[in-house]
Amino acid sequence: MSIAPDDVRHIAALARLALDEGRLPSLVEELNVILAHMKVLQGVDTEGVIGAAGVGASGTPLRADVGAPIQLSMPLDQIAPRMRDGFFLVPRLDTHGELGASVAGEP
Amino acid sequence: MSPRPLADYAAAEVRDAIVAGALAPSDAVDASLRRADETGAGKDGLNLVLWSDPAASRQDARAAGAALERADGAGRLFGVPVMVKDNIATDRLPTTCASRILAGYVSPFEATAVRRLREAGAVVVGKTNCDEFAMGSSTEYGAWGPARNPLDPTRVTGGSSGGSAGAVAAGLVRIALGSETGGSVRQPASFCGVVGIKPTYGRVSRWGLVAFASSLDQIGVFGRTVDDAALGLEIIAGRDPLDSTSAERPVPSYREATYDSLDGLVIGRPREYFPTTLDPRIRALCDRAADALEKLGAKVKEVSLPHTGLAIPVYYIIAPAEASSNLARFDGARYGLRIEGDALRAMYDATRSGGFGPEVTRRILLGTYVLSAGYYDAYYRKAQEVRSLIAEDFRTVFEDGVDLLLTPTTPSAAFELGSVSVPYEMYLSDIFTATANLAGVPAMSLPVGRVAGLPVGAQLIAPYFEESRMLGAAYALERTLGDEAHR
Amino acid sequence: MSGDRYEMVVGLEVHVQLLTRTKAFCNCSTGFGAPPNLHTCPVCLGLPGALPVLNATAVRLAARAAIALECVVEEVSAFARKNYFYPDLPKGYQITQYDRPLAKGGHLSIGRNKDGTPVRIGITRVHIEEDAGKSLHDRYPGATAIDLNRAGVPLIEIVSEPDIRSSLEAGAYLGTLKQILEYVRVSDVSMEEGSLRVDANISTRLRGDVELGTKTEIKNLNSFSAVERALDAEFARQCAILERGEKVTQQTMLWDASRLEVRPSRVKEGSHDYRYFPDPDLLPLVLDKTWIGEVKQEMPELPAARQERLAATYGLAEAQIADLAANPDRSDYFEAVARAHGEPRTAANWVLGEVLAVLNETKQRIEHFPVRPADLARLLDMIRDGLVSHSAAKRIFVRMVDTGDRPEQIAEREGLLQVGDDAALLAWIDAVLAEHPEESQRFAAGERKLQGVLVGLVMKRSGGRADPRRVNQLLASRAGAGT
Ligand SMILES: [Mg+2]
Ligand SMILES: [Zn+2]
Repeated sequence: MSIAPDDVRHIAALARLALDEGRLPSLVEELNVILAHMKVLQGVDTEGVIGAAGVGASGTPLRADVGAPIQLSMPLDQIAPRMRDGFFLVPRLDTHGELGASVAGEP
Repeated sequence: MSPRPLADYAAAEVRDAIVAGALAPSDAVDASLRRADETGAGKDGLNLVLWSDPAASRQDARAAGAALERADGAGRLFGVPVMVKDNIATDRLPTTCASRILAGYVSPFEATAVRRLREAGAVVVGKTNCDEFAMGSSTEYGAWGPARNPLDPTRVTGGSSGGSAGAVAAGLVRIALGSETGGSVRQPASFCGVVGIKPTYGRVSRWGLVAFASSLDQIGVFGRTVDDAALGLEIIAGRDPLDSTSAERPVPSYREATYDSLDGLVIGRPREYFPTTLDPRIRALCDRAADALEKLGAKVKEVSLPHTGLAIPVYYIIAPAEASSNLARFDGARYGLRIEGDALRAMYDATRSGGFGPEVTRRILLGTYVLSAGYYDAYYRKAQEVRSLIAEDFRTVFEDGVDLLLTPTTPSAAFELGSVSVPYEMYLSDIFTATANLAGVPAMSLPVGRVAGLPVGAQLIAPYFEESRMLGAAYALERTLGDEAHR
Repeated sequence: MSGDRYEMVVGLEVHVQLLTRTKAFCNCSTGFGAPPNLHTCPVCLGLPGALPVLNATAVRLAARAAIALECVVEEVSAFARKNYFYPDLPKGYQITQYDRPLAKGGHLSIGRNKDGTPVRIGITRVHIEEDAGKSLHDRYPGATAIDLNRAGVPLIEIVSEPDIRSSLEAGAYLGTLKQILEYVRVSDVSMEEGSLRVDANISTRLRGDVELGTKTEIKNLNSFSAVERALDAEFARQCAILERGEKVTQQTMLWDASRLEVRPSRVKEGSHDYRYFPDPDLLPLVLDKTWIGEVKQEMPELPAARQERLAATYGLAEAQIADLAANPDRSDYFEAVARAHGEPRTAANWVLGEVLAVLNETKQRIEHFPVRPADLARLLDMIRDGLVSHSAAKRIFVRMVDTGDRPEQIAEREGLLQVGDDAALLAWIDAVLAEHPEESQRFAAGERKLQGVLVGLVMKRSGGRADPRRVNQLLASRAGAGT
C-alpha cells in the first residue's frame, strides 16, 4: 500500500487542512517512508489476539447524575474568538439551511 | 539564609527548612526566579521556559507564607518552586502546547496534577518549552523555537518535555512536570542528566493534560534526584473522578521505598534493548549500573521481550490516529487561533493549516489516513493487536519471576540541534521508551554516566503500579553510583 | 398506479433524549430553554485537557429502553468516536457506540395484520451517544451562531430493521415506540424540545421481489407527520425513477417541511468518512448480570400489559382502553379517578372528554393538570348523588381548571348546587308556563313531545341549578293534571 497525492488531498480535506500544492510531493514521500516502516506489522501473526483496550478491566467508571458543573475561572468571551449575545459566532456554513443540530443529520 | 546555594536543597529540604524557620517561605521561589535570569532560561537564551509571571509567583509564595503563619497548611511541597510543561493546564499562565493554534490561550481550568502540587504548597514558577503538542523527541519543533540543553547549548534537550528536563538540569527547580506518550519524559531526562518517571497508565490523572494520544499519555515527573521525583509523584498520583482512566488504587509513600539491600531482587536485562548496533559506551554504562545493582544483592539475568522491535511502527500508527481525533477540537470556533475565511470551511482550513506546524500536520494526516475507510483494519486494528503482544511480553517476564527490567533509556546521548531532520529517524529516538507507553507499565530514567561529556540515562521498567519497587532500586542505584552517575 | 406494483422498504433510526438531570459525560444541566452556552463546561465545550465521565443514570435509562424493546443488553459494550467537523460538535467527534452497542436484537409490535398476526418490527440495536449543540443559521447575517447547551445531552439511538412497508406502518412504529418510552420513563419524547428525531432509510422494489433496491436516507425529520409525508414523497419519487427504467442513486435527502418535498442534500456523497475508533478516554462499559437483572426487575408496566389490565379491571370498550392507555400518566390519572369515584365508565368518559379537551387546548401535560384526580372523582360523585346537574358540573369543571379549587367550594360559591326542592321547582315551572302560554296549552292538551323543550326552558331559567329529573316528573304530573 502506498499513498498517492490524491489520497493526501483526500485526508487533508477530511482533517480540514489546506495543503500547499508545492509541499504535496515531499509530504507524499514522507508519509510513504513512514508507512513503509509499518509494513512489518502485516507479517505479525495476531490470530486470536484481542486488541488492547486500556489498563483496568473493571470497565469505565460511572458518575452519579448529580452535582455541580465544573466552573470556568473566566467568562467564555475571554477565550472565544467571536461571541455575540452569548453565542459563539462562526462564518456561515456554505450549505447552511440544510441542517439544524448535526447529530441526527450531520453534514 | 543558609550558606548552601538554594539550588542544592532537595525539594523536601526546602519545605523542612521553611517549616523550621531556616528559610523564608518565598526564598526558594526567589532563588528559582533569579536562577532563571542567571542561566538565561527564557526565549533569548536556552528557551526552556516559555511563560512565567515572577510577580505572581512571588505573590503566591507570600500567600503560602501567610498560610503557614495561620498554621493551617505546611504541605509537603511548601514553598517549593515547580515548573509545568506547556501542554498541562494551569489557570493563570498560558497553556499553548507550544503551538501557534493556542497562542495566548489561558485555560479556564486547571489540571488535577497542578492543583495537587499547589495544594501541597508548591508554587508554579513557569511553563516549559516542548515540541508542539508533545509531538517530537527533541523540543525543536515548538512554535516558540527550540530549547537548548543547559549542559551543552549546541545540543537538544530531548523531548518532547525538554523544557522541564532542562529546567531541572539548569537548577531552576527540583521538580517539574512533563508528559509522556512515547518517552517524552525519560528521553529528555536521559539527555539532560536528571531523573524522569513515567508512571503506570492511570496512576496520574490526565485531567488538564492536553491530549495527544489518550491511550498512551501520562503526566510524568522530573527530579534532580530520585527523591525529588518520588516526592513529586507521590503528590500528583491517585484516583481522580474527572479522569475515567485514572486508577482506583491507593498511593503508597514512594519516598519510603528506599532499599539498603536488593537481596532477592531479580533484574531482567532484555536482549532486544542491547542490540549489537548499540553504542558500546552506552552499553558499558548500563553494564556498570547492572554491576552496581548486583553488588547490592540483586540478581541480573538476561530476558527477552520478543515484540520490542515492533514498538515504533505500532506507536506511529496508534499515536497519530488518536492525535488526529484529539486535535480536531482546534477549529477556531470557540478558543485559540482563528484565521477568518468567508465561509466556515475556509475558516477551518485556514485556522488549522496556519495554526499547526509541519510535524503536527504530518501526524494528523498520518492518523487520518490509518483510520480512514479501507485502511482501519490493516493499520489501526492490526497495531492494537500487536500492542497487546507487546504488553504480553512484559506480563510474561514479570510473571516469570523478574521484578524489574534494566535497559538503556536512549540509543544515543543528546544530539546537535538541527541534526536529525528525517521524521522516521527522529521517531527512532523513542525505540527503548515507547514500549512502556504501549504496555502501560511504569518506567523511569536515571543518570548513570556520561558519553563524551553528555549525560546518559538507564531505564528501569516495573510491573503495573509497582512504582515503589522501581523507585527503591533507583534510590539504591543512585546512592551506589554517587558522583559516577554524572561522570 | 405504480404505487400498487411497488412497495417501500423502510428502516428508521430514532434519536431520543434520555431523562437525566446532567449531561452524558459532564455535570452540566440538561435543562431546556436556558440562555445560550449557559449549561457548558470544559468537557462539553471541548476545551483542551477536558475528559468525559459517563453518567450512570444515562446507562440505566438506556438499558431500560432496550429491555422494553426486548433487546439483549450486552455485558460489555464500548464507546467510539465518530469524527467529523461541524461547529456544533465541539470536540470534532461525537462520542457514540459503534461496533459494540449497548443492546441488540429486539422488536416492537405495532398492531395486527388482517389475518390477526402481529406486525413486528425488528430492532437492530440500541446505543448510547451524545447530542450535538445547536447551529442557528438565520440569526445573524453571514454568521452561524452556536449554542452548546444541548451538546453532550445523552441520547439513545434506536435502529430498526428494514421491516417497515408503508408510511402508515412507520407512523405506527413511531407512535408505539414513543408510547413505550414514555411508559418506561426513559424520555419525555417531546418533539418541540427536540428530544425525538428521526432519520429514515428507504428503498423501493417490485412487490414480491426479495432483493432490496438502492436506498436513500432522509434526514431532518422532526415530527411523526413529517416522517410519513417524507416517506410518501420519497417513495413516489423512487417509483417514478423505476418506472422510467432508471436507477435510484444512493444519496442523502432532506425533507423540506415548508414545501412538503424531499430534495437531495448538497453535501457530496462519499465525502464523509467518520473514522470510527474506540474512544481511548473511556474504558469499555461493563454491566454485570446482576445489574441487568435489577433493571429488568424495576421495569414498570408496559402498554400492552396496562391495556390488558384496564380491560380486565374496568370492563371498558376496547377503543376507550386504547385511548386511556395511550400514555402512562393519562391512564394513571384515569385509574385514580375511577378508583375514587367507583364508576369507571363515567371516569373514562370524563377523562377522554372534558379532561383531554382542556389538555389539548392548553397544550398541558396531564401530570401538571390543575384538577387532581380526587377532585374530579368528587365532582363525579356530586353528579351521581344529584347534588349538581350535568351542565352545572361542566361549568364547575371549567372553574376547577382555572382555580384548582375543590368542586364543592366552587358549587357553593357560584350557587351551582342543584335545587331539588318542589316549591322552588314549581315556581320556575309556573313562571315558564306563564311566559309561553301557547306551548303551555298544547302541552296540557297532551302534546307530550313539548316536555323536553319545557324542561330546557326551566333549566335555563334556574341557571342550570334545577334537578332535571324532578322537573321532568313535576311537568309530567302537570300534563296529567291538565284540562
Ligand atoms: Mg447517531
Ligand atoms: Zn458540561
